[in-house]
Amino acid sequence: MTDTPDISPIRTAVSKNLGSRYRAESRFRAAGLAAVAAAVGILILLLSSIVSGGLPAFSANQLHLTVDLDEELVDPSGERSEDSLRRGSYSRILQNAVRTEFPEVTGRRDLRNLFSLYTALNATRLMDEVLEDPTLIGTQYRFTMPLADDLDLYLKGMLVDERSFEPQGTLSLDVSDDGVIVRSSATDFRDLASEVARTLRARATLLEVDADMLAERAEGLSGTEAEDMLYDAELNRRQAAEIRARLETEAGPIALDGSLPSILVESDGRTVLLTDLARNGAGGTGRFLLGSEAVDGESNWSLQVIDTPAERRRVSDQLIVWTRALEARGAISAAFNTYLFANADSREPELAGVKGALYGSILTMIITIIISVPIGVFTALYLEEYAPKNRFTALIEVNINNLAAVPSIVFGLLGLAVFINAFGLPRSAPLVGGLVLSLMTLPTVIIATRAALKAVPQSIREAALAVGASRTQTVFHHVLPLAAPGILTGAIIGLAQAMGETAPLLMIGMVAFIADAPTLGLEGFTEPATVMPVQIFLWSDGAERAFQARTAAAILVLLALMIGFNALAIYLRRRFERRW
Amino acid sequence: MTDTPLNTPADLPIKVTARKVTVSYSGKQALHDVSIDIPDRSVTAFIGPSGCGKSTFLRCLNRMNDTIDGAVVGGSLTIDGQEINDKTIDPVVLRASVGMVFQKPNPFPKSIYDNVAYGPRIHGLALTRPELDEIVENALRKAGLWDEVSDRLTHPGTGLSGGQQQRLVIARAIAVNPEVILMDEPCSALDPIATARIEELIDELRENYCIIIVTHSMQQAARVSQHTAFFHMGHLVEYGSTEDIFTNPRDTRTQDYITGRFG
Repeated sequence: MTDTPDISPIRTAVSKNLGSRYRAESRFRAAGLAAVAAAVGILILLLSSIVSGGLPAFSANQLHLTVDLDEELVDPSGERSEDSLRRGSYSRILQNAVRTEFPEVTGRRDLRNLFSLYTALNATRLMDEVLEDPTLIGTQYRFTMPLADDLDLYLKGMLVDERSFEPQGTLSLDVSDDGVIVRSSATDFRDLASEVARTLRARATLLEVDADMLAERAEGLSGTEAEDMLYDAELNRRQAAEIRARLETEAGPIALDGSLPSILVESDGRTVLLTDLARNGAGGTGRFLLGSEAVDGESNWSLQVIDTPAERRRVSDQLIVWTRALEARGAISAAFNTYLFANADSREPELAGVKGALYGSILTMIITIIISVPIGVFTALYLEEYAPKNRFTALIEVNINNLAAVPSIVFGLLGLAVFINAFGLPRSAPLVGGLVLSLMTLPTVIIATRAALKAVPQSIREAALAVGASRTQTVFHHVLPLAAPGILTGAIIGLAQAMGETAPLLMIGMVAFIADAPTLGLEGFTEPATVMPVQIFLWSDGAERAFQARTAAAILVLLALMIGFNALAIYLRRRFERRW
Repeated sequence: MTDTPLNTPADLPIKVTARKVTVSYSGKQALHDVSIDIPDRSVTAFIGPSGCGKSTFLRCLNRMNDTIDGAVVGGSLTIDGQEINDKTIDPVVLRASVGMVFQKPNPFPKSIYDNVAYGPRIHGLALTRPELDEIVENALRKAGLWDEVSDRLTHPGTGLSGGQQQRLVIARAIAVNPEVILMDEPCSALDPIATARIEELIDELRENYCIIIVTHSMQQAARVSQHTAFFHMGHLVEYGSTEDIFTNPRDTRTQDYITGRFG
């Protein structure tokens, strides 16, 4: 066609800018595709980071101990009454049980250290089990409790960097007055000695560089500031010189302190922590952390190096050795973390769970649903189907729309002033939380319902009116059923939003540490409670590292709830949707 | 326009009487002093160009204008001598005796059975299920739809074809046994075959009901109606037997319209 002379002008005009039209279209498509890809990528990143962060919290290392439920300790007055059983020395029982595992531990400080394998709160759990089944008294009972949070993290490999070797060669341990003398024919000690020397040399260099920098900066300054800097520089130099002297001039062993990796020698139920490393690689001296017998020419042994220095980690070498020994004896096993779902909040991460917050959320949402959905739907119905369209109703409509944009914390303030101060309702209660969240959800429900009602074709209303249905019959027989999917979707989106809300609850005292889950019943509405997002907020602030994983796990639980809620919305939508 | 309607058909009893009916929407007058006598058991067609007020007048007859904000209806309207344009008359009662069929088929998104049974149900016309079944069957038979849908009464009414939907809507209207049936351009959304079917139906229904039909198609008015009223710019210009209007119009506007000079 292009070579025919009588081509119409409109065709030439169109074909002239046809290329740029198509280019614009493909640019737009590419931009849209890029936006979708970015959104999906960010979502995947977010989810994978939460899932990988939260997964460790779903398993827990459990400590199984055989406890001797001695009658005298459990039931001090011997009458088997609940009162007497409550006064039993359950922590003594637990302490005795763990002492039987390590009879060689005697010193006060060592014992206290030993008892930190678990949290003392477990004594209450033991008491509860005894109260539930008093026939246990006088028996040897296998009690299961969660391992202390840091040790749990250690076993999950999240706390320290460590490595183990199976050295080729024999090992001898001789007990002397200076400690345990470790000797070996293996080359590993030589490697470790040069490794430690390298670390120390690097440290000295770093100190010297630091000192030089300080001195340089001090040159441009005067007064006390410069003096301080020069003093620090001098201190650094002296430390560096000390380290170098230790390494290069002295012929003796290198002392291993808390700033260096811990080297553990293990053999058949004994563990020695090296305190000095012989420079010639023949071995070193140390002390027993487990066991106490000498060994000669043992070939079955291993070396464990904990690279994270003792002063930079929360668990001591001793606790690590005990934990490993218990694990080797089969007294520690990993299992699904039931505490995460069966318990309410706790100061101890290993016992902390989301049950309290979950129940609080359920109770709060029940109040929110009961209040906001009927009021919202009926308000919208009245405004849309009955109210005359005049200035007054227009004013109401504008105000409702504005209400949806009010920051949620303002509703919290309102709740504090009205529900708690004026009405005298209890603080921290799901009842007040639900009321506040209802206020927040109402505009969303009203707007969604009005939109759904507007979407119902006028012809359906006319059809019903024309056969003689009254206005109310028209609304309830025809309009409302047709609008139901839209109303449900809007209401559920509003409720899901309310479920994830923290700020308004801040003002009414629901952001608090609450160790008991509220009852899932009528009385639960006025008991102190917290909700899922608040629990996440509180845990994210927790000092213990184990709370990090629990925060992510709680987020996962909340996300699961949200997905459940949205799935319900989609199901209901499908269920009620009718075509016209 | 005089107070007394033109060419009142003498051979048939008068069903609907309008005197000086005016309608305004939010102060804008849409209908000026319409006076007309509409006979029973016949088809009366309202014709005229778009926006001439014919649908507005039709909607006065079952007070559908009440549902529009700002609509004000004046004048006197009677059915069987009873005033209907009065706030004391309940539109629900009125609409039960004045059925209406709309331009676009608007069955409820329910089953065919429920569509027809809705009116009798809300008015309590049937006490037992067999009674209701009978009413539904009769209505569907009268609307000429029974043979097509008797085996699928539980299927949704919205699943029928356009012409069937419109007949379903007619069945829904006659199920409550009205005296007057208003039809607002009932065939404008239908193809010629479905239109012919509806027109046949209108002709059959004429024996029992007073039918008032608004139509854009002058051929249709000529085919189905016995009386025709021509509306123009909110005025009733001419009213008489269909034959007279089409063969011997007295007003030049009527003549211009039916000969296709405007509209």
